[in-house]
Amino acid sequence: MAATLDDGPDVLAIDLHLVHEASSQQAFDQLRQRGLRARCPDRTLGVTDHVVPITNSWTPRAREWAETLLANCASLGIPCLPYGHRRQGIVHVVGPELGLTRPGMTVVCGDSHTSTHGALGAVAFGIGTTQVAHVLATQALLVNRPKTMEIRIDGRLRPGAVSKDLALALIGRHGNLAAAGHAVEFRGAAIDALSVEARMTLCNMGVELGARMAMIAPDEATIGYIRDTPHPPDAREEERWRSLRTDDGAVFDARLTLDAGGVAPYVTWGTTPAHAVPLGGTVPDPGSLQDPDLAERALGYMNLVPGTLVSSITIDAAFIGSCTNSRIEDLRAAADVLRGRRVAPGVTAVVAPGSMSVKTQAEAEGLDDIFAAAGFAWGGAGCSLCIAANGDVVPPGARCASTTNRNFEGRQGTGSRTHLMSPASVAASAVAGRLVEPGSLA
Amino acid sequence: MTGISEVRGVAVPFGYSGVDTDAMFPVSGEAIAAEQGFGAALFARWRSDPDFILSKPVYEGARILVADADFGIGSSRETAVWALKGAGFLAVLAPSFGDIFRSNCVRNGVLAAVIDPAARERVHAYLVARPGAELVADVVAGTVGPADGSFTEELAIDGFARHCLVSGIDEFGLLAGYQVSIDQALAAAGPLPPGTHRITGSDS
Repeated sequence: MAATLDDGPDVLAIDLHLVHEASSQQAFDQLRQRGLRARCPDRTLGVTDHVVPITNSWTPRAREWAETLLANCASLGIPCLPYGHRRQGIVHVVGPELGLTRPGMTVVCGDSHTSTHGALGAVAFGIGTTQVAHVLATQALLVNRPKTMEIRIDGRLRPGAVSKDLALALIGRHGNLAAAGHAVEFRGAAIDALSVEARMTLCNMGVELGARMAMIAPDEATIGYIRDTPHPPDAREEERWRSLRTDDGAVFDARLTLDAGGVAPYVTWGTTPAHAVPLGGTVPDPGSLQDPDLAERALGYMNLVPGTLVSSITIDAAFIGSCTNSRIEDLRAAADVLRGRRVAPGVTAVVAPGSMSVKTQAEAEGLDDIFAAAGFAWGGAGCSLCIAANGDVVPPGARCASTTNRNFEGRQGTGSRTHLMSPASVAASAVAGRLVEPGSLA
Repeated sequence: MTGISEVRGVAVPFGYSGVDTDAMFPVSGEAIAAEQGFGAALFARWRSDPDFILSKPVYEGARILVADADFGIGSSRETAVWALKGAGFLAVLAPSFGDIFRSNCVRNGVLAAVIDPAARERVHAYLVARPGAELVADVVAGTVGPADGSFTEELAIDGFARHCLVSGIDEFGLLAGYQVSIDQALAAAGPLPPGTHRITGSDS
């Protein structure tokens, strides 16, 4: 932190600024209009991800955006990972896997899911385009200090349930803005037991709980993860990271708890991530929910009726990918389910690895062959069907089991119907042609 | 940016809760915005429905949107605010907001004020009974009500946001004034370990 304004926000210096093509164009324009240069090009990295198509050819608009990012970065001396670079990928996959995201850093990006990087103990949050311009120009932001929230998750995850299910269970129980205005720290025995990639999924979804940022204190797993990146830490750095712990007896402004052992595989039935129920459950009665009007609208949009068994809902599409669930462990989990199986007739299935590094690793492990044999399209790397800004779309009225983070109306294409799930659950659902738990396949 | 101390104009009893920024500015809105400006893309998917409240002629030129809980959740896209502002809205009132959306509003001179759920219901009912009625949202006093003063409700506006709105603060200038401290803080933190340039280079 560089300074504090009287009765106002803090001036927060930014260690790492990630820039992608979908939220930066007007920021670069603002800099040009003001005749400003990039303050710290060596703390900035451009990455092409939102407009990269997986199953289609490039649209003219997507190509224009990708080229504009490259030109903008070049004009300001900012390094860039464009499509075609062997380390290109989704910005929130690439930052951690390259060892750029490190404990204790401040990380921002013009993307709400920047909370993902908090899984490595970074202070990481999404910003608007004007703020992207602020960071480009000054390498700092004015930030209102968030309140603090502890989310304690103890107990042990049941077989078949993963960190995505923890996230959906929390959001389903507490709502889309339960953590609004708060910096969330996830802690507890269940968090300690999660891999760093699983922690990224949880912190990624923290923003769907409304959190300003979500983080997990660095531990040996974090250090081990960064040791395996192209830029391992030295002993002094590791020692400093071990000290980045919340003090014993620290008081948080708010607190939520969850018993991991009580969490089954989850799925969303409606049009916000808070519309979540266990896969073994039923579509709820709107009257039983906090916001009956929204639930009624959601049921209409999703073409569902209350009381329907979730496992009876048939799907037309399946998608594995996004900054939430496109890392190597996610692909392994899905491939484990798909080995020796095929997707149900009529289901269009796509896997979009989160980065070219993930894609290369998966191919080295033969996962691409498993996906192909199962009937999944394979390509990468980018946001693909999570944002549908790239030519990849779910057709109107079609129902998609998806490992993504948002089931908003039209998120995967106009009229598309999204059901959020874990990678293994999406894989199982693709095979069954219905929304089912990973363990339910014969 | 010009300061705003009040927003006066036709108010829409929008009513919807759980409105995400994808709804405000869908990806398909990009093409519309490129041709007709951001305002034309506001709620692009919903606006094609003649029964959608913003399709109704009585709300043409409206300045204030009275929404329900969880407004502006989801994506950080500032295009959602540009679409609202482009369509003429200078104030949004709701019981709760997505954090990034609310912060984007301030930076564009749009008031995003929190209104108590019961107060929202009263304002909503007032507007439903009088389509096209005007309201005055007073940024300085933190109140909203009809221009005739028949009733007022309180608004919660963050102190710094109010200051920025009323004085039309340009955060660029404010931040630039701290550049020395910022550079010192970054120097103390040290460079990124590898240097990002090396990551994108052909050697790595």
